[in-house]
Amino acid sequence: MNNLIEKKKKPRLWFQIKKNKVSYSMIAPFFLIFFTFTVLPVLMSFGLSFTSFDMLQTPKFIGLDNYINLFLNDEVFLIAVKNTFILAVITGPVSYIMAFVFAWLINELPRKIRWLMTLIFYAPSISGSAYLLWQLIFSSDMYGVLNATLMNLGITNAPILWLDTPKYALPILIIVQLWLSLGVSFLAFIAGLQTVDKTLYEAGAIDGVRNRWQELWYITLPQMKPQLMFGAVMQITSALGIAAVSINLLGFPSTEYSGHTIVTHLMDFGSTNSTRLEMGYASAIATVLFFIMLGTNLIVQKVIRRVGT
Amino acid sequence: MEDKVKHQESVVAALKREELKWIKEKYRKRSRRKVRLSRSWQGDVFVIMVLVLFGAFSAYPLVFTIANSLKPLDEIFKFPPRLFPQHITFEHFVDLFNLIGNTQIPISRYLLNTILITLLGTIGHVFLASLCAYPLAKHKFPGKHLINQMVVYSLMFSAAVTMIPTYMISSWLGLIDSQLAIIIPAFGFSLGIFLMRQFINTIPDELLEAAKVDGANEYQIFFRIVMPLVKPAWLTLIILLFQQLWGTDGGNYIFTENLKPLSYALRQIVAGGVPRTGTAAAVTVIMLIVPITVFIINQSRVLDTMAHTGLK
Repeated sequence: MNNLIEKKKKPRLWFQIKKNKVSYSMIAPFFLIFFTFTVLPVLMSFGLSFTSFDMLQTPKFIGLDNYINLFLNDEVFLIAVKNTFILAVITGPVSYIMAFVFAWLINELPRKIRWLMTLIFYAPSISGSAYLLWQLIFSSDMYGVLNATLMNLGITNAPILWLDTPKYALPILIIVQLWLSLGVSFLAFIAGLQTVDKTLYEAGAIDGVRNRWQELWYITLPQMKPQLMFGAVMQITSALGIAAVSINLLGFPSTEYSGHTIVTHLMDFGSTNSTRLEMGYASAIATVLFFIMLGTNLIVQKVIRRVGT
Repeated sequence: MEDKVKHQESVVAALKREELKWIKEKYRKRSRRKVRLSRSWQGDVFVIMVLVLFGAFSAYPLVFTIANSLKPLDEIFKFPPRLFPQHITFEHFVDLFNLIGNTQIPISRYLLNTILITLLGTIGHVFLASLCAYPLAKHKFPGKHLINQMVVYSLMFSAAVTMIPTYMISSWLGLIDSQLAIIIPAFGFSLGIFLMRQFINTIPDELLEAAKVDGANEYQIFFRIVMPLVKPAWLTLIILLFQQLWGTDGGNYIFTENLKPLSYALRQIVAGGVPRTGTAAAVTVIMLIVPITVFIINQSRVLDTMAHTGLK
């Protein structure tokens, strides 16, 4: 019985595939590259995480040893996890809310001012490695803008070593990351707000919506749900992936690992510039990070689905 | 024979009507009628204060750098520092182009490399992503759901996760120490295909059906109807990928000095320390002015695409 069904099914699938060969030919070039550089690496990373591998010899299967070492014997990894979570828990939600609130506030402004404000808020995130200029602001000598200002106002009388003092590491990363974070999701929110049907607001005003907060909760947010979900994915992924800012501002490794994150830990073992070249171990870190990112995204999506209901 | 011509004409007319309707809807000027909703002046003042405060936080570092790049060296090191230059000078930009890198490579070479990587990567991506997004949005075939799902999930992790295998794959493909190691993976930029698919979804099926009745094959439909209609989406993809590629420093992929991009040179100059402060500001300005200009030119069209980004 089962056999019969399968025999029937197979030719039909094949027929379907043949019938749509034009569609496949259109998809193929992009998909091959996407698969090779995005999907396949995830699978390989997963496989390599169970091996000991130094890029030179063939990988040797060692079971769960990498994961056991990672969680039980690697104190630096635990620092990295702690830092990553602190950074993500603060910059993730704050940047998400900032992106939405600013988009919402500028939405009602006259067209030209809205255009200018969009540019001002979005500019940092597209200015590439321009965040290096924060080095000048937090610079440790008296020419650093922050030191100069504080000394000039008489608050401190000697320059502070902002970038080399562990207790300032995370706050500095948070400030710079927030400065950079009004990116794609900010644009999605602005665009989404503009497509909300204006008559809904008028109807709301008649139905007793008294102020902009009620309007926001009862009308705007439910209408924006798809954009809110998209924005959340973007902000979560970038909040958990903080690394470049830490490496370039605080150094690598940062003083007492104060700015060490999961990604910088991964680079410590997995980067080809690194002296360690423990690719199996690094792959285990990457796999853990992958599941943290995916898991957080899926949970947060569930939460956002409930907005306004 | 005549009938056929007539039929074709009517199809073309219908097509035009349908297209016009769609375009009109898409670019409809938003009603200028002001409806005063439930607003209080205290609220307005509060909103304006918040915007000014955070706007200043957002703009200050960029303005500061631009100002620094125009200050003579002695003004940069004035204590206390001033935001705006007293005497404007372009000496840092001139210095920059005369500056020779550590290994005798002029800055213009790095700039050229960055332009090459950015242009090829962006053009290739926009074309391949549009070609792939069209069937993913509009056709039905086995595996479509799976591919769409893969694209959405790929937005949920960052490139760091796949760093090691990506390096291995690039090396198997012989891409190491070539700019192709940056350009080819850029073709497969997953945010781009996602946005493009969402945008193509909004094209009415009738438009495509009409062309099909007219005897156009899928490639003709793609080039003659879909491609022209998704121009706003191209610009969005261009901006998003452009700024990534423009900022790339070649990572671990490029070793040969004269193949390296501008961002790498910038880091070397910044690392040059205090005497290079002015030149460093000048490079930073060059690095940021290009993506920002591209965005300024295209802001409204980009926002038009972003309206369809929603995840369900």
